[in-house]
Amino acid sequence: MGAALVQRLRAQGWNVGAVARRREMLQELQHKDAGRAGGRLVVRAHDAARAHEVPEVFEDLVRELGGLDLIVYAAGIMPKVGPQEYDTEKDLDQLAVNVGGCIAWCNAAARLFHTQRSGSIVGISSIAGDRGRKGNPVYGTTKAAMNTYLEALRNRLGEYGVHVLTIKPGFVDTDMTKGLPGLFWLISADRAAELVLKAVRSKATVRYVPKRWWFVGTVIRCIPSFVFRKMNV
Amino acid sequence: MKPREALRFPQPARGWEYVEGWGMAHGAHARVLRPQDVAGIRAAFSLARREGVPLGPRGTGNSYGDASVLTNGYVLDLSRMDRILDFDATSGVATLEGGVTIESLWKRALPAGWWPTVVSGTMYPTAGGALAMNIHGKNQYRVGTIGESVREIDLVLPTGDLVTASREHESDLFHAAIGGFGMLGIITRVVIATKHVHSGDMEVTAKSTRTLQATMDWMEARRASADYLVAWIDAFSRGETLGRGLVHAARHLKPGEDPDPALTLRIAHQELPRAILGISKGEVWRALRLFNHDPGMRLVNATKWTLGQHEEAQNPHRQSHAAFAFLLDFVPNWKWAYGRTQKRGLIQVQPFVPAARAHDVFAAILARSQAVGLVPYLAVLKRHRPDPFWLTHGLDGWSLALDYKVAPESRADLWRLAAEITRLTIEAGGRFYPAKDLVIGREDARRMWPADKLDAFLALKRRVDPTNLLQTDLSRRILG
Repeated sequence: MGAALVQRLRAQGWNVGAVARRREMLQELQHKDAGRAGGRLVVRAHDAARAHEVPEVFEDLVRELGGLDLIVYAAGIMPKVGPQEYDTEKDLDQLAVNVGGCIAWCNAAARLFHTQRSGSIVGISSIAGDRGRKGNPVYGTTKAAMNTYLEALRNRLGEYGVHVLTIKPGFVDTDMTKGLPGLFWLISADRAAELVLKAVRSKATVRYVPKRWWFVGTVIRCIPSFVFRKMNV
Repeated sequence: MKPREALRFPQPARGWEYVEGWGMAHGAHARVLRPQDVAGIRAAFSLARREGVPLGPRGTGNSYGDASVLTNGYVLDLSRMDRILDFDATSGVATLEGGVTIESLWKRALPAGWWPTVVSGTMYPTAGGALAMNIHGKNQYRVGTIGESVREIDLVLPTGDLVTASREHESDLFHAAIGGFGMLGIITRVVIATKHVHSGDMEVTAKSTRTLQATMDWMEARRASADYLVAWIDAFSRGETLGRGLVHAARHLKPGEDPDPALTLRIAHQELPRAILGISKGEVWRALRLFNHDPGMRLVNATKWTLGQHEEAQNPHRQSHAAFAFLLDFVPNWKWAYGRTQKRGLIQVQPFVPAARAHDVFAAILARSQAVGLVPYLAVLKRHRPDPFWLTHGLDGWSLALDYKVAPESRADLWRLAAEITRLTIEAGGRFYPAKDLVIGREDARRMWPADKLDAFLALKRRVDPTNLLQTDLSRRILG
């Protein structure tokens, strides 16, 4: 989804910085965009789990771009977790990328946006954060943490003219969902990116993508715990 | 990568931020370093030296102009060094790290019966910043600038050396660094005396005046008896009533005058009101914004003057130290009424003029502002006296602090007016105050400070900072 956002923003004329762990993905992105009209594309390889490197990468990138108006944190991992698996190392890895990286990047952006009194922070969370599910306890936990963190940032920064948006995508056709059973309402990454940018422009605070997931999310959040325990949704 | 390893963050902490003066009219994006101790400051110096980048010291960023901003350099934010190292309740002497705010100091001192000798109109500046700018209060004509209540300071020089300076030891450094706007070293420790008070309240007398001369005469008559003197001036008033205003004189209570000092010395007694006219304080700036234009501010100023006459009827009344001293903190973020987008905001032009010429120069400045249609929305008159610091703004005379609104469309005109004010002031033997200023140039600085003092300062700067590592946009503008 990150790549789709980069392409869309660049095509709209924005200078865009792309940060990803895998260098070959960045090269592919550069290759694809070469020669097309639009803003500049600046890429940096960085592992979102390495939070202590963020201030340096952030500064380098923002300087290169000549400023920053919008940051989207779209990094996230969701390893397969077996029904009887309690692998702490695997779980803490999710925490490092999905939460640690999010906090490190959004904190850096929050400081800049707070001081310049403008900017938008967008976190790609998930409907998975709405409830604690059997399937992957820690993935849902990381997304719930993101939701709370982003809400807190929104409340902190609203006074300073900074916009914070929590995106809760449903099923999006990416590597993360590839091969998962029972997918429905699947949308392409590009369509998801389009909807995210629409939400940014409308200054939404929390947005399900696409919007119809709001009904699903609301229903699921209303199911009593003793019933939810017997279900598999 | 395991999460545990990710916790090893480099020191000092850093960020990439927009750093601006308090008045918001000047700012720059910059790397901000936040050391927590002397080692962190040394690390910042060696980093800057290694990368060939200058370092600009900053406290809490309460200087109006460019004193804590550095374009194309690293900003050294010292607000994390905020420990009160010692407070002696029997002598009132405090030992502070450079990042301790005036707020922390008075909150520590007052319950024990002490109040900082010199405070600014806001309680948020740091001790290090206050000394670097050598701030004054509404009592400068009596006690001088803050430097005069300081016993000793520790400075980290750009070489990394830690030097203790006082009147007896490293006296040159002491008198140059205080008021030297951070150009000689980083103030990491301050030993400062406070004043013994017998109450948490002061006795305040108000006087509504009809002319600038009347305002100044009334203040001059109370110079020997009042502990604090400050006048608000309606800068919109012209002709016969040019310079009309409202003066406040305050004096500390004598032992026995306060029936219950234990009660008034409590912090709770000092708290500023939570709401103003029923609007929660945090939102009041939005209401002020509705009036932030010439007709609106003309009305606000006229209303304030009219209400001042009623205040006079209640003379004398008692007011807490905090309420009297920290007028600028009544409405949080009131500067946002001037605009919240970058480069909008306000500048404060504060000419200091020798007593004999002050009235005529100020009258000319007010009239000129009105003539060009750029009227200050807030004007404050104070009395001053000289002090022994090398680059001081203190002189035997008066200052008139003028808040001008900055907007992109009027910026050029405003700077032209400011240049005229600068010329008038300097021709009258006056000075400006680096904590406020954003407009004077190198030639002005050369003319306003005694040549021997300025040359000695520059020589000292070359000695302690040969590679000119410490810079700010202010130092580039006025020292070159």
